[in-house]
Amino acid sequence: MSKLDLMLFEEEYKLLQEIIGRLSKDASAKVVFLVDKNGQQIAAAGDVKSIDATSLASLTAGNVAATDGLAKLIGEKEFSLLFHEGEKDNLHISIVGKRGILVVIFDQNSSLALVRLRVKKASKELQEIFDQVELRAQKELDPGSRFESPFSEITDEDIDRLFGD
Amino acid sequence: MTFINYASREINCKIVYYGPGLCGKTTNIQWIYEQANPEKRGKLVSLATETDRTLFFDFLPLDMGTIKGFKVRFHLYTVPGQVFYDASRKLILRGCDGIIFVADSQRARMEANIESIANLATNLRENGFDIRTIPYVLQFNKRDMPSAASMPDLERLLRFRNEPMVEAVANQGIGVIDTLKAAARQILMELQRS
Repeated sequence: MSKLDLMLFEEEYKLLQEIIGRLSKDASAKVVFLVDKNGQQIAAAGDVKSIDATSLASLTAGNVAATDGLAKLIGEKEFSLLFHEGEKDNLHISIVGKRGILVVIFDQNSSLALVRLRVKKASKELQEIFDQVELRAQKELDPGSRFESPFSEITDEDIDRLFGD
Repeated sequence: MTFINYASREINCKIVYYGPGLCGKTTNIQWIYEQANPEKRGKLVSLATETDRTLFFDFLPLDMGTIKGFKVRFHLYTVPGQVFYDASRKLILRGCDGIIFVADSQRARMEANIESIANLATNLRENGFDIRTIPYVLQFNKRDMPSAASMPDLERLLRFRNEPMVEAVANQGIGVIDTLKAAARQILMELQRS
């Protein structure tokens, strides 16, 4: 697995946001979240305020990780799709590339078939952006790279301040 | 693996509390949750059994303030300490930025501490990390117990890389923040270097 830090810039973030915004509308979903496999939320669209997004991201990643473990136990590479059916709301979870998880929450205004269809299209587009992000991250590791991290000058005082000292 | 979002100007770091069963990992993050400003903490998620033993993980998101104009957020996780939950422990280490090893100071738990460090080394390696280089803090918890081993003994048995050590009584909050701070310092300094 990749140990590179995940760095998202304005432009990529906007593209990701645009894709999941469109997915949310096209699939008639309530909310769509894009999270990374380590449990961090990347982007969200729809009625985002109705849900504790941070907990959702962490539990989704835990769920996917546990299901990955199960897949390996029975000799599968991964289960690329998880579906949880509730009384009113349903949860559609799918893997995007190596590090993304797409979560779609929908009710009776949509259907599993529609969600699956729209997710498939959006996943391809998201994958392309993730590939770009990865490519750029690798370029920046290059010693000749001109990228300068704003964190190259973190001091002990900065860290003390975080803890209110 | 730190997640840096330049668009929303946020840095997210994942810290995992590791250690043998009943050493006080959950107690550490529960204390942080209770003391943290409600505006700066998220929900404490605990996936535990009916008897309050951690089944999969506890999770607490914490907003720490800003550094160089970026909002710093820590995601604190605990692993289930009981030996037979090893598969779950391995999963939780995925993409972690730093480890806090919570050792149980009681003499009778020394073997369990040593086994747990060995298990951590194996599980880190399987996730592509090296226990000798990843940001790492050693907390000696339960210092108030009458059967607690001496500090020199604990250090000799459990310290292996000149890592910061913190004495703690987590259920009273003693040493809890110092431990977190030591881990945060290493992780952010790592960010500076990379």
